Amino acid sequence: MNAPSAPQLVAPPPAEQGRYATWLDTTSKLGLLMLIVGFLAYAFGVVPPHIPVEQLPDLWIHPTHVFREHTGHPSGWDWLAMLHKGDIFNLLGIAVLAGGSMLCLLAVIPLYARRGEHIYVAVCALQAGVLGLAASGVLTAGH
Amino acid sequence: MKTLLRLAKLPALRLAAATALCFGLDLPAEAADAGALGTGSTPWWVWPLALFVVCFLLGIVAVPAGVGGGVLFVPIVAGFFPFHLDFIRGAGLLVALASALAAGPSLLRGGLANLRLALPLALIGSASSIFGAMMGLALPANVVQTALGLTILGIVGVMAMAKKSEFPQVATADNWAAYLGMRGIFVDAASGREINWQVHRTPLGIGLFFVIGFLAGMFGMGAGWANVPALNLVMGAPLKIAAGTSSFILSLVDSSAAWIYLNKGAILPMVAVPSVVGMMLGARIGARLLTVLKASVIRRLVIGLLLFSGLRALLKGLGIWV
Repeated sequence: MNAPSAPQLVAPPPAEQGRYATWLDTTSKLGLLMLIVGFLAYAFGVVPPHIPVEQLPDLWIHPTHVFREHTGHPSGWDWLAMLHKGDIFNLLGIAVLAGGSMLCLLAVIPLYARRGEHIYVAVCALQAGVLGLAASGVLTAGH
Repeated sequence: MKTLLRLAKLPALRLAAATALCFGLDLPAEAADAGALGTGSTPWWVWPLALFVVCFLLGIVAVPAGVGGGVLFVPIVAGFFPFHLDFIRGAGLLVALASALAAGPSLLRGGLANLRLALPLALIGSASSIFGAMMGLALPANVVQTALGLTILGIVGVMAMAKKSEFPQVATADNWAAYLGMRGIFVDAASGREINWQVHRTPLGIGLFFVIGFLAGMFGMGAGWANVPALNLVMGAPLKIAAGTSSFILSLVDSSAAWIYLNKGAILPMVAVPSVVGMMLGARIGARLLTVLKASVIRRLVIGLLLFSGLRALLKGLGIWV
């Protein structure tokens, strides 16, 4: 005899929310893990940094353009070529955190499309496009 | 208090002053002598360690106060740490982003964040956050600092005066909300009530999210302080849906702005990572202390802290208290 099931208080969220949550969970955990492991390796000198840590207090008081001029700290996607440096490797974890939502949005588009919800297909595609534009490095400002 | 303000001028003591302010402590005289060493003779590791400790404490008080850590982080760290405002805003965005990403999956699965409500508003907010970030990085630091001070004082006003409506009555959805299907069924676990909710005033909400996104990008702050009232009081979403959806919207808005700061080289791992980890660990403790701490007292403490930080930022930006 089956035990009576407990009354369900909360209706299950739509399928797209479940899929979005799964992708978000995976990408954000991956990003945080990379960030923490990378930082420990950097802070404890396991991987040599691009900028020696002892010099940082004299440098981080300056605005970014001065900081970059003094240190050769990368802008745009130049950091990809410097991932072997301890401090620069941390930017990879940050990029995974900032870029994870793009994957989540692309993952739910097929679900909206299957239901014929074209407006949400468009909203998700536009949102992914905005994130992609921000990530591209095309938009720059300041010095 | 006067002693505390005088000591806060000494770079090495700014952390201690910030920490003491958090807990209403006065500093011993010996601490003033230690502070006379200045930034130059302070070992590099003191700053990330100090940042971690301050963010841990901020994380503890942020949860019971009902605010995101990002809104506390930027004005307090800008007021008491030696980092340039560019790096502080970059780290502030990451603090807010990491918190939003960590909460997002469970909010979505639990139905407290609603994708249909969030996505159109997040699209507007994330586009404007890009412009805010570009503007913030283009303007001189003192102008941004002054505007930050004024914004923080405005936030204090919103926090002190904003009312909440647990289940706002929305008689009819507007045309935009109806077309976008911004509605849902929410079962309040506390009361067991099933609530059919819908929203109205969507065009006004979209306009507000444009402004909120811009401010988030410009100052590197999370924007839960503004998202929740906009969703709850203006658009009429139930309070819990507003809070959950606000956090989810932040994950998209702050991602866009974070890319601009990252591409500009304005994210410094030595500043950002201890802040993110400290805030997240503190928030976990804060969530556990929810039942022990008196939320109204913590909220008043946080409002006082923001008021002080906002004045500090304003006076720093105007060159009066540098």
